[in-house]
Amino acid sequence: MAAAHAEHLEHHGPPAPHYSSRVTPGVLGMFLFIASEVMLFGSFFTAYFFVRVVNGVQWPTPPYHLPVYVAFINTCILVTSSFTVHWALQSIKRGNVWGLRAGLLLTFLMGLTFLITQGIEYARIGFNTTNGAFPTIFFCLTGLHGAHVFVGLSILAFMTIRAFRGHFSAEHHHGVEIGGIYWHFVDVMWIVVYLTVYIL
Amino acid sequence: MRNPLRSENEAFRFLIACIIGALVIAGAAWANTWLGVAAAVIAVGAIVWWLKDEPVPGAADPTPRIESSTPPGMHRILVVAAPGTASVRIDDAASEVVVVVPALASTVEALTGDVDDRRANAERTAAALASRIPNARGEVGADDPALAVDDALRVFGADEIVVAGDDELEARVRSRVTIPVSRA
Repeated sequence: MAAAHAEHLEHHGPPAPHYSSRVTPGVLGMFLFIASEVMLFGSFFTAYFFVRVVNGVQWPTPPYHLPVYVAFINTCILVTSSFTVHWALQSIKRGNVWGLRAGLLLTFLMGLTFLITQGIEYARIGFNTTNGAFPTIFFCLTGLHGAHVFVGLSILAFMTIRAFRGHFSAEHHHGVEIGGIYWHFVDVMWIVVYLTVYIL
Repeated sequence: MRNPLRSENEAFRFLIACIIGALVIAGAAWANTWLGVAAAVIAVGAIVWWLKDEPVPGAADPTPRIESSTPPGMHRILVVAAPGTASVRIDDAASEVVVVVPALASTVEALTGDVDDRRANAERTAAALASRIPNARGEVGADDPALAVDDALRVFGADEIVVAGDDELEARVRSRVTIPVSRA
């Protein structure tokens, strides 16, 4: 009672945000983000399954072949980058600034490697969007994910620069936490894309 | 259901679960594509079950009860009245009274945002009750009465709560606060 009154007296400026929703704004924002991404990727996956199931032909359509093994190596690189960003966050939580810097730099480099490899794969794959529905949906799905990787790389670049400028500490590392969540999300989406497009 | 992106740690755990699921699917697909599809269905179901089954830390803890107070020499009363309440008897010693009427919307109405009529009804009740009580003002509260009390007490410190409603509402309000609760 007294604490609430004291808190009221110490507060300056307009009243603190007050809401009646049963979900906090942070959680609601994250749910909306997930929902929007599910709808975005869901629409592309719907198109993919439509092309594949309705056409009822072999996937990928002959004579095209997908570079499954190159994509597997790329998958390993991307998944490993999630471990390094996790290592970076765990490092800064313990006050290890150099662990944070090394982790973020490695993550950025691996993400860049993934994107460059995907670009090379596009250049050498032997088909393009004018060759029918299969190539179109292939480029759409992997390209949509590539766009997410590009956004993630941009975030990682800012995180890395800030890490080298000493902006993060054991007490203040929210920027690394949020970027890490996004990067893990991008990885999970790639696992789904890789399994769907390349494996199944 | 747990939000897998609530924190970096949970996102990382979710990723690990997805990697395990992916390995199972890839192994099954290696033998036969349809076996891979079946494994994918099972793996997705398992991950959804894992997300649903895992309790959110602190979710099972009882909600802390709200304390309230007023400056010395004042006696504020918070009235919680169901929509349609005709009158409420209040102690004349009250220096300030706030009447909160929850906009009792159904689940479907709340989910679809179709609460305009409910709010209008609550506004009429709040205005009518406030006009009959000295030093009173009326407000519309959240559709959940306990949440409406919770909200009101955070901006209006009260010494006492008067409930104009059924036993269930009184019990719910009583469980949420530490100040005296009485029936109108």
